[in-house]
Amino acid sequence: MIEVKNLRKTFHLKSGDVVALDGVSFSIEDGTVYGVIGYSGAGKSSLVRCMNLLEIPDEGTISIGDYQGIEARNGVPYYQGKPMTARQQNQMRRGIGMIFQHFNLLERSTVYDNIAYPLKYTGRSKAEISSRVCELLELVDLRDKIDAFPSQLSGGQKQRVAIARALAASPKILLSDEATSALDPDATESILTLLKDLNRKLGITIVIITHEMAVIKTIADRVAVMEDGKIVEEGTVYDIFSDPQATITRRFIASASPLGKIDKMIERNSSLTQVKPGEVLVKTTFLKDCVGEHILTTMAQRFHIDLNIILANVEYLHGNPLGGTIGILSGPQENLEAGIRFLEENHVRTEVLKDGRVD
Amino acid sequence: MAEWIKSIAPYLYTYRAKFFAACSATFQMFYKAGLIAFVIGLCFGILLVITKKGGIRQNAVIYQVTNLVINVFRSIPFIILLIFLIPLTRAVVGTAINVKGAILPLVFGTVPFYSRQVEVALSGVEEGKIEAARSMGSGTLGLIFRVYLHEALPDLIRVTTVTAISLIGLTTMAGAVGAGGIGSFAINYGQNQNHSDIVNVCVIVLLAVTFVLQSIGNSLSKRTTNRSLFQVRRGNGGTEI
Ligand SMILES: Nc1ncnc2c1ncn2[C@@H]1O[C@H](COP(=O)(O)OP(=O)(O)OP(=O)(O)O)[C@@H](O)[C@H]1O
Ligand SMILES: [Mg+2]
Repeated sequence: MIEVKNLRKTFHLKSGDVVALDGVSFSIEDGTVYGVIGYSGAGKSSLVRCMNLLEIPDEGTISIGDYQGIEARNGVPYYQGKPMTARQQNQMRRGIGMIFQHFNLLERSTVYDNIAYPLKYTGRSKAEISSRVCELLELVDLRDKIDAFPSQLSGGQKQRVAIARALAASPKILLSDEATSALDPDATESILTLLKDLNRKLGITIVIITHEMAVIKTIADRVAVMEDGKIVEEGTVYDIFSDPQATITRRFIASASPLGKIDKMIERNSSLTQVKPGEVLVKTTFLKDCVGEHILTTMAQRFHIDLNIILANVEYLHGNPLGGTIGILSGPQENLEAGIRFLEENHVRTEVLKDGRVD
Repeated sequence: MAEWIKSIAPYLYTYRAKFFAACSATFQMFYKAGLIAFVIGLCFGILLVITKKGGIRQNAVIYQVTNLVINVFRSIPFIILLIFLIPLTRAVVGTAINVKGAILPLVFGTVPFYSRQVEVALSGVEEGKIEAARSMGSGTLGLIFRVYLHEALPDLIRVTTVTAISLIGLTTMAGAVGAGGIGSFAINYGQNQNHSDIVNVCVIVLLAVTFVLQSIGNSLSKRTTNRSLFQVRRGNGGTEI
């Protein structure tokens, strides 16, 4: 288990102090994919870089891999009561793989030599290194590129090499800082699939930093939402998506969902959002345990309500429906009320955006 | 051949023994001072890069001191440096004249320039590569040898070539301390005695040397971009740095 407690990091710049991490705590179960999402400057990179001590936190404790209870005090990391030596820090980092947005491969080294880089620290013989590299190339599906130079590879292929390199020394933990942000959608998808496979096959714990909700949705089990150096919300991906609490989380989800457009439409007073007297414009959100879209049809039939759907976005995450619809309900007043109550009882959150009944 | 040279450069032919001695003196100054300056300059360049702000061994004091020393020596014209260093040279090598006496000033004249060039070349290595190597557990030596020097090799070859060529230029001034060499030969036997053929040949020799150095540099630099200089195939295992 990875455990981070009360991590703090402030950068002292000429222009003033920047608090990058303001008391961050979380824990990650072994073998899970943990997502961290936040806008630019939220402190995500600082967080992962503190996790493998590329950056030394000012304060806080970190338990990661073989190093349980590293404690930072005044920007000095202590392990088992003593300040960590440079050697110990290097040793610790060798147990944690890391991949980056810009791949960071050695350009003057072939794919083979790039992947072999960390293996030289494992005391393997030439032959052992060679067979391990081949094994890794197999794993990331790049056998034929063994003698290529990074400049001869596509972005997705470079990231595969970077993944192979990060996993070469068999770490149980992989940190990924925006690893798909520089890739096109196809390459992003293939890299995410690869990461998920590695997580399943090798049981590697993956911490994935991103500013894209889609990435979280695709591979993460749990997610933490960061803002201004703090984790503002944390939970399973489904819970966060279906029932976001923090404003920033809602913004993330709205930006990723077509339903987010409705606010603009209402603002512009679009003809689609006009309600006649007696009608209501409602937003429905499917919560966990909800049976799915057809609950709306059931409601319309049972309560004799006309349902005019304007926007809909429903997808299934881990088998649960996620998303919702925006539509106009019209019918006798008491039927509308009963219908809305029916939806609530069936795990559909209903918000009235515009109400024609009060006019 | 001898007849031909005699006909186009009569005075050179007359002083041919002195000419060869001059070439040999220049060559000795070049390779001796060059080798020493190469090693020292490389070390200083590395020191600058790793100790500067944000470097892998950030150290403001070492950086500022090194920086200052380099700037001071860079701003002294070589001909002045040559004279200024006479007492030091005498104390270190026992004599301040001849080829032997010229080596130390040549090193002093070359190292500051070369250190800067090395610093620039190494600074061209992207931050991200250093970061990745650190994440894989490389320490200071590992970062220097396996990332900085390794990735910057084509640029290092380029700046070394430039420095070597400027060193050839400096050796021609070493005549001022009686070190001989092509420069002083051209002045003493060419210019001062009005033998223009000697001056011309000296120019041609220096041009040729410069051209050869530049070509070697260019070709090595090109060949090392995306390639190992000495192709060590399939990881040379074991050594932990
Ligand atoms: N090495 C550094 N020196 C100074 N300030 C830094 C440094 N690293 C990060 N910061 C500052 O700390 C804050 C958090 O930065 P961080 O890189 O962790 O954010 P992020 O969430 O990763 O953003 P992005 O999505 O843009 O990568 C920012 O305000 C940034 O300017
Ligand atoms: Mg970042």
